[in-house]
Amino acid sequence: MIEARELTKKYGEKTAVDGVTFTVRPGIVTGFLGPNGAGKSTTMRMIVGLDAPTSGSVTVNGKSYAAHASPLHEVGVLLEARAVHTGRSAESHLLAMAATAGISRRRVQEVIELVGLQDVARKRVGAFSLGMGQRLGIAAALLGDPQTIMLDEPVNGLDPEGVRWVRHLLRGLAEEGRTVFVSSHLMSEMALTADHLIVVGRGRLIRDMSVSDFISSASSESVRVRSPQATELRELLLGKGATVSSSARNELDVVGLSTDEIGTTAAAAGLTLHELSPVQASLEEAFMELTGEAVEYRSHTAEESAA
Amino acid sequence: MSTVAEPRQQPTTGPGLRIAQPVNFVRTVSSEWIKFRTLRSSWLVLVAAIVGVIVIGQLIGYNTGKSFSHLAPEDAAPSGVMQGYYLGQLLIGVLGVLFVTGEYATGMIRSTATAVPRRLPVLGAKALVFGLVAVVTMVPTCIVTFLGAMAFRSHFGHGVSLGDAGNLRVVIGTGIYLALIGLLGGAIGWIVRNTAGGISTLIGLILVVPVLFEVVPGTWAKSISKFFPSNAGSSFVSTVHASNTLTPWTGLVVMVAWVVAAFVLAGVLLKRRDV
Ligand SMILES: Nc1ncnc2c1ncn2[C@@H]1O[C@H](COP(=O)(O)OP(=O)(O)O)[C@@H](O)[C@H]1O
Ligand SMILES: [Mg+2]
Repeated sequence: MIEARELTKKYGEKTAVDGVTFTVRPGIVTGFLGPNGAGKSTTMRMIVGLDAPTSGSVTVNGKSYAAHASPLHEVGVLLEARAVHTGRSAESHLLAMAATAGISRRRVQEVIELVGLQDVARKRVGAFSLGMGQRLGIAAALLGDPQTIMLDEPVNGLDPEGVRWVRHLLRGLAEEGRTVFVSSHLMSEMALTADHLIVVGRGRLIRDMSVSDFISSASSESVRVRSPQATELRELLLGKGATVSSSARNELDVVGLSTDEIGTTAAAAGLTLHELSPVQASLEEAFMELTGEAVEYRSHTAEESAA
Repeated sequence: MSTVAEPRQQPTTGPGLRIAQPVNFVRTVSSEWIKFRTLRSSWLVLVAAIVGVIVIGQLIGYNTGKSFSHLAPEDAAPSGVMQGYYLGQLLIGVLGVLFVTGEYATGMIRSTATAVPRRLPVLGAKALVFGLVAVVTMVPTCIVTFLGAMAFRSHFGHGVSLGDAGNLRVVIGTGIYLALIGLLGGAIGWIVRNTAGGISTLIGLILVVPVLFEVVPGTWAKSISKFFPSNAGSSFVSTVHASNTLTPWTGLVVMVAWVVAAFVLAGVLLKRRDV
């Protein structure tokens, strides 16, 4: 369980995280979604105490991260930025981490095998590919058998097989009742992995809802119509209260009327239709729309305060 | 990596089977020891320092033994054969800086600070591990250097014994001096958090600034100069005592004070700054 209250981080003039309040619950995968620069990594660094909040607070299982006796057992974290000495082997890195919490050598071998690094565990980390580095980071996150797992953009640099593997792993961890908090700037990835979404843009919280609610609330449906008499049809549809835009000659995008209503209207006026198809806005578009709102909101308030 | 292990569930952990124990200072020390010994660069620099101090000592022993009657007092003194420490202090100092700034350069510090989020135990553990490694390697190095160099001098009839007045202090003291310079490098590493900056700061502090103060005309600059860590330390490791230097034990106290002050500043900054 992670609880952030009015969490704020400023770097000089720049507000990276702006009064964010949310709770990450156990037993499900919670996605932390937002475009690059939204403040996801900063929030995660504050959760594990690497960065101190400018104001507000965040706790893990009821206490600040640093107050836990065995922090690696509370939260396992994969950060976005590099966090391993390149001159050491993967195994030595994990052994050094393990030693701080009295974690056995056997457990180190276990996580190495879990992430599939057994063949390269004795090689210098400097020679690792991006994907192998991510796997090592995930191994380090799992080392202390943590109740909460927090991964910042874990699929970066992984091949499709690796991406599937991470998805599988996260679902399994959530099913065991653990708290799983995973960030991404890709809506499509979150739709596949997460049950719940916390969406941020420009440091602010935009949505905190289940993935299915997000999908149904965020995506607007439109109808694409092609007709040689598009101009006449357009007038008719506008008269019925629809919003009509046009992206190509003889083509209309209609919002606010169903395919049935459009077809009936066209037939009554004797207009020919070449296409009449419903279009579901993609998740990615819905996400862009949402975070676009945040950008607008921000620039608007900036203007106001400047005035 | 093309071979991907099938995802397996975490091993189930029964109530009596806790994988992780509380973090404490002893565990933090053991982690830092693993970190030190699993970097090849640690051993390379350490061996270079050991070999450098010993070899230079033997050369000095032979040459000063041969032309003993023409020597300046500080070269003829028993401590003269320990002058390889000028090179040794650079190597040990750099190693001290690197032990800390290597973590910042690679991002390892983020892993370290999440494993031990209170941070200060890491500073203490690193200092303890480095200090012990430095003392355990440098004190014997200095003893070997002295005995070997004096064997050369004895060949020319100018040898002195380790047991003669002040010699033991000088020889063991040189090992301690080197360890203290390494620790000073470590503290500077915590403060500066950057390898190039850390090394420059250390060299500036122990080599450049004291010399600058000595060439400034007037007495005030010279009376400050003797308090710089390398000058204070060299009073401790010399058998000759000039009027413008500190007494040996005052020199040691001043040098230790520098190291302690640097660590206090390092600790305050480590607690206060974001990682
Ligand atoms: N240490 C820092 N110093 C200054 N600005 C920072 C720092 N870390 C992050 N930022 C800024 O804060 C904003 C949020 O960054 P970040 O948390 O990395 O976003 P995300 O992970 O969502 O891409 C960005 O504009 C970034 O430039
Ligand atoms: Mg990020």
